[in-house]
Amino acid sequence: MAEIQIKGVAKTFGAFTALHSVDMTIADQEFMVLLGASGCGKTTLLRIIAGLETASQGEVWIGGRRIDHLPPRHRGIAMVFQNYAVFPHLTVFENVAFGLRMQKLPETEVKRRVQRTAELMHIDALLGRYSGQLSGGQRQRVAVARALAMEPDVILMDEPLSNLDALLRLEMRAELKGILAESKTTTIYVTHDQVEAMSLADRIAIMHGGRILQAADPIAIYRNPAARFVGAFIGNPPMNFLPAEATPEGWTVAGELFAGPDAPGPLEFAIRPEDLRPAETGLPATVRIVEPLGPHLLVTCDVAGRALRAVLDSDLRLRPGDRIHLAPAADRVRWFDPKTDLAVTP
Amino acid sequence: MPSRGLPYLLLMPAAIFLAVFFLYPFTLVAWEAFSGADGGLTLAHFATMAGNWKFSSALENTLLLAIAVVPIQTAMALAMAVLVTKIQRGRDVVLYIFTIPLGISDLAAGLIWFAIFDQTGFLNSALHTLGVVKEPVIWLGYQNRWVIFLAVMLAEIWRATAIMLVILVAGLGLIPKEYSEAAEVFGAGPWQRFRRVTLPLLRPSLQTALILRTILAFEVFAVVYALGGNNLPILMGQTFHWQFDLQDYHVAAALAMVILGISIGFTLVLLRVLRVPKGAGI
Amino acid sequence: MTDTATIRQRGRRLTQAAVVLLCGWVLGPIYLLVLNAFSAPDAVTGFPKRWLPGFDLHSLRMFVEFQGVAEALWNSVLVATLTMILSIALGAPAGYALSRFDFRGKTAFRVLVLMTRAFPLPLLALPLAVMFIRVGLDDTPLGLALVHTTLALPFAVLITFSLFSGLPVELEEAAWTLGCNRAQAFRKVILPLVLPGIAASAIFAFVISWNEVFAASVLTVQHRTLTAFLLTSLDVSPLPLKFAGGFVLVLPALIFIFAVRKYLFAMWGIANR
Repeated sequence: MAEIQIKGVAKTFGAFTALHSVDMTIADQEFMVLLGASGCGKTTLLRIIAGLETASQGEVWIGGRRIDHLPPRHRGIAMVFQNYAVFPHLTVFENVAFGLRMQKLPETEVKRRVQRTAELMHIDALLGRYSGQLSGGQRQRVAVARALAMEPDVILMDEPLSNLDALLRLEMRAELKGILAESKTTTIYVTHDQVEAMSLADRIAIMHGGRILQAADPIAIYRNPAARFVGAFIGNPPMNFLPAEATPEGWTVAGELFAGPDAPGPLEFAIRPEDLRPAETGLPATVRIVEPLGPHLLVTCDVAGRALRAVLDSDLRLRPGDRIHLAPAADRVRWFDPKTDLAVTP
Repeated sequence: MPSRGLPYLLLMPAAIFLAVFFLYPFTLVAWEAFSGADGGLTLAHFATMAGNWKFSSALENTLLLAIAVVPIQTAMALAMAVLVTKIQRGRDVVLYIFTIPLGISDLAAGLIWFAIFDQTGFLNSALHTLGVVKEPVIWLGYQNRWVIFLAVMLAEIWRATAIMLVILVAGLGLIPKEYSEAAEVFGAGPWQRFRRVTLPLLRPSLQTALILRTILAFEVFAVVYALGGNNLPILMGQTFHWQFDLQDYHVAAALAMVILGISIGFTLVLLRVLRVPKGAGI
Repeated sequence: MTDTATIRQRGRRLTQAAVVLLCGWVLGPIYLLVLNAFSAPDAVTGFPKRWLPGFDLHSLRMFVEFQGVAEALWNSVLVATLTMILSIALGAPAGYALSRFDFRGKTAFRVLVLMTRAFPLPLLALPLAVMFIRVGLDDTPLGLALVHTTLALPFAVLITFSLFSGLPVELEEAAWTLGCNRAQAFRKVILPLVLPGIAASAIFAFVISWNEVFAASVLTVQHRTLTAFLLTSLDVSPLPLKFAGGFVLVLPALIFIFAVRKYLFAMWGIANR
């Protein structure tokens, strides 16, 4: 059992606060992705869990054991680094065996485990090579193999795929998902790539400004963003936001009336681009830019002086200047309070 | 991993060493230079120093040497550094040859050029063979002080250009090729590219090289001694003379303060003249 | 109109000529020293000189057998070796600390190190000469090595700083996550990777000491180093002795510079900052 509990972990670097009291529980064998833009604190949090950074406040527990005072080697973790950190003076075999030998395992056991993980990661033909003789993708495999060979309670991954080219990244992503599910290890995976996060995660924690804004499964994050930032960050193109005015009949958005939550003051109306359909009635929009993307059209419109993006069927014939109406799917409309930037539920 | 005390532990030995063998002795030199027999402060040692008939010529020679040598070295080092970047084949060999003098002591350099300028040396041999002179000329005698000066100049340029070269080559390596290529696209010729792109970007390295070299130029000692004996007085030589032959540590210390003062003065000037505006570096 | 290819070719010719000329400028004087060192004593003092070496070892033998030379050579090696050990032992930990940690006082230390380069360091020999007499270090190889270490230490710090900075910190961190403590990670991962560079900076320290003249001449009396010996006997020693001595002084430096040539530019490139 390797459940990870993060209790009130905060980190300040001088006057800069990298993490504001983060609380999070990651279940045994869960694949948790920390997602956010650079500087959001995700790597700092990962490094605090690894023991490479010391938290200014708070506790970290792994498997019911408080470990934040322990050095990395006593935490039962293994880590894959963004630049792989494959030791250049050691062969692939020696790299993968490094941690096992540090544990003083008998050499036959070391050999067995290196061989097994090497086969798993398809690097068994490279065991005699040095890192300088490997491609980026191969180095990445060595780094993962080195972590897996430790059979750790927890694997920590810091943007492990970001240095690979697009095609290789796609291939490794699928492979990693399979292997890590198989290994039944609790995984914390840091990335800034939302597609990567969606495809890999059991749960995604969206981080921004040193805080976790929302931690939920990928679909929940996508459908029901808990904060405006989450909606704007996840999805490509991102969610559309329009101001909504309260009237006795409901909420008016660009002159159109919508049923919404029972809340005082102005709200923000939010809808994802693919949840808009051209219709006879709906938001009045002037087409500005039309980008044919193959399966669909990405249309940027002007709605009451605001830009609004819609993903529409590519059979539509649209030209800049056309005036159309866009109808939002009623069950996909979301509302945010502009004062708190948090979601308001009806 | 937490490591609050570790950096200090690692730094401590070097810091203590520098405090004991660098900072402390310098306060001692300063104290020696300014302290009188009664324990009070005095400028008497500076007066004694300046009163010595060799002091003014030593000061003059040292400054003249630096002023004559350093600009030539800078130009040569720049030219050599640019040449090196232009070579395609045999670059490593050329670089090694260019940097050989880096490993040669000033004394050895003095001896090497002594072999050329000595009465029975290679210069006279060549001139004799060519029929220019019949009898070997005494080039390095006290009556030919300007020849000694020239010989020292040549030896210094020969020996100490390499250190500037190395700094400049390293500096050139830090400048991305794209800047020069962009300038070429915008119509700059080779000289303009060097003058308007490379040289300004090289300023930090140039500054380092010049400061280091200028300070070393004021410390010139063994080259002069090997080539001219006492015929060409220089500040370091005078310091050695007061310390060693006359055993007057106070005056030697006063001379040291003079050398130090000149070094700091020139360093400040170079820092000011060649300063890189904030944010204008590579 | 001349086409670009012709201009390029002319430029290349010019470059080659300049390179050959400059190589000649550097190597020529060394050749003349070697020529003298490998000529018979009477050829060295004779006139006019011959331009080809006679491969005569009499001058060199005379030098080596000259009273005091063997001891001076030994002292030079001893002082240079001590300097090398001291500067690496003191400098490498400092270089590591500077490259790996952020801490209060870091800037102050860097300034101290850089400051040493703005001072004419051989002058330190003056007060230290007095100080050493008091503590019994006068005229000893260790005393001189301490002064030479002030010369070499700043370089050792800056060079090792650049060496350690060149290694990604993740290598060490990876070792920690794989079961190493700090010392083990350093020994198993960092040390093997920086060892060649450390060796180069050690050699550099050796050369700095080997070549130093002023402090050596001030601080040694009975136990002269080679440079001090040559300098103080310049007036009295015959020509063949001087040139053979110069050659012996130059030879190890040539070999050492060759050995560290790969690191020369990396060292100075960073020492720049």
